[in-house]
Amino acid sequence: MKPDEIRRVVLEELSNIAPETDPAGIDPGADLREALDIDSMDFLNFITALHKRLGAAIPETDYPKLFTIDDAVDYLASKRGLGRPG
Amino acid sequence: MGTFSMPSLGADMEAGTLVEWLKHPGDRVERGDIVAVVETQKGAIEVEVFEAGVIDRLLVEPGTTVPVGTPMALVRGPGEEAIEAPAPELVSAEAAAAPAPSVHPAPPPSAPAAEAPGRPRASPAARRFARERGLDLVGMTGTGPGGAVVSADIERSAASPAPAPHPTRGLDLAEMRRAIAAAMARSKREIPHYYLSTTIDLTRAHAYLERINAERQPADRLLLPVLQLKAVALALRRMPEFNGFHTADGFQPGTGIHVGTAIAIRGGGLATPAIHDTDRLSLDALMAHLRDLVARTRVGRLRSSELSDATITVTSLGDRGVESVFGVIYPPQVAIVGFGKPVERPWVAEGRVVIRLLTTTTLAADHRVSDGHKGGLFLAEIDRHLQEPEKL
Repeated sequence: MKPDEIRRVVLEELSNIAPETDPAGIDPGADLREALDIDSMDFLNFITALHKRLGAAIPETDYPKLFTIDDAVDYLASKRGLGRPG
Repeated sequence: MGTFSMPSLGADMEAGTLVEWLKHPGDRVERGDIVAVVETQKGAIEVEVFEAGVIDRLLVEPGTTVPVGTPMALVRGPGEEAIEAPAPELVSAEAAAAPAPSVHPAPPPSAPAAEAPGRPRASPAARRFARERGLDLVGMTGTGPGGAVVSADIERSAASPAPAPHPTRGLDLAEMRRAIAAAMARSKREIPHYYLSTTIDLTRAHAYLERINAERQPADRLLLPVLQLKAVALALRRMPEFNGFHTADGFQPGTGIHVGTAIAIRGGGLATPAIHDTDRLSLDALMAHLRDLVARTRVGRLRSSELSDATITVTSLGDRGVESVFGVIYPPQVAIVGFGKPVERPWVAEGRVVIRLLTTTTLAADHRVSDGHKGGLFLAEIDRHLQEPEKL
């Protein structure tokens, strides 16, 4: 899966979790929890959605690697075999 | 024949608007079934029925605003015959102005009696409220049934002009703000709060979560607030004076431990829906309830029992935010427990300075019901449960 496709998925899932916000409009290097007012339940739902959609195993200890949109895209792109629904 | 009435979904609710019927005459209902959707200041609420039976007839039309307690439907109990009398006319928006009689079966409410000149229509709560604030009801615009002045109108009149309603979602955030304002103003007016604070070591609880979450897919993972809710619920078993309601008759202990959990809404506002029998639920079941409640709170779709049954409130600031929160008690409850953001800090354990994950835990409680000494024991009991996460 190409990074552009991954970014599209990340933005889509963020929109689902915080429908009142515009994830594409925030700084992709900013902490998305602050920028989108996302709490721990929202963040867990975000990880759950990425896992279901991309089949990526995302252990809890890796959560800090997904705190910005750019970091999340890099992290997911580094996972092999992405795109197989888990 | 039982009646299904407009429920009271909070101390300051005076009326609600029926949005739709989800059950119809002839439908069988069980206790807890959702029968209707009612629009309130807290969004669209799914209202449950308290007795099993068969819906006999509906007394109120969708779109009608009726006072709390107004019979809205008749429910035939097991073995009861259907009423053969001609069906009464449905209460419509025009006819619903006067409070319905409390006896049943209910005839349609009569037209509102003409008010004496110079005495505006107003609910008793609104009259009391206006008196307390030194406001005159004459000339005030009422938004209650039949143009009656209700507490919210007094609030509006006393405060600056209300912001325009927020049109998104099923939630009117301006209305919700007014409901919060009314409840919190009443709390600060009536409840003599006392406040306690202590530091709880979360290192064990956090390690426990890390251990079990490592083996789970994201959809099955647990969050810290679930452990906190369970710890509070278990502590309440031994400290019943913090679980229940303060009424005109004094303290009424809760019939169960139904912990209300504060859920913030992006853009402002919050709700504190109850998780029924929190002390009897497994951590997994609690997590499922919490996930569901957060989702429904944010789209404005809670159930009536979730809004009216909480016997205490817990507010947890999560991993962002600040280190401590001193809550305002939600009347008629008598306590609120607050958990601050967990932070790593130097801590002395067994004679050595070590790094531990700590949370400032607070209690605001009603001095009419308990004292600081008991409050301290309550916080200590919560601490004790959080040190044994595997037993939660």
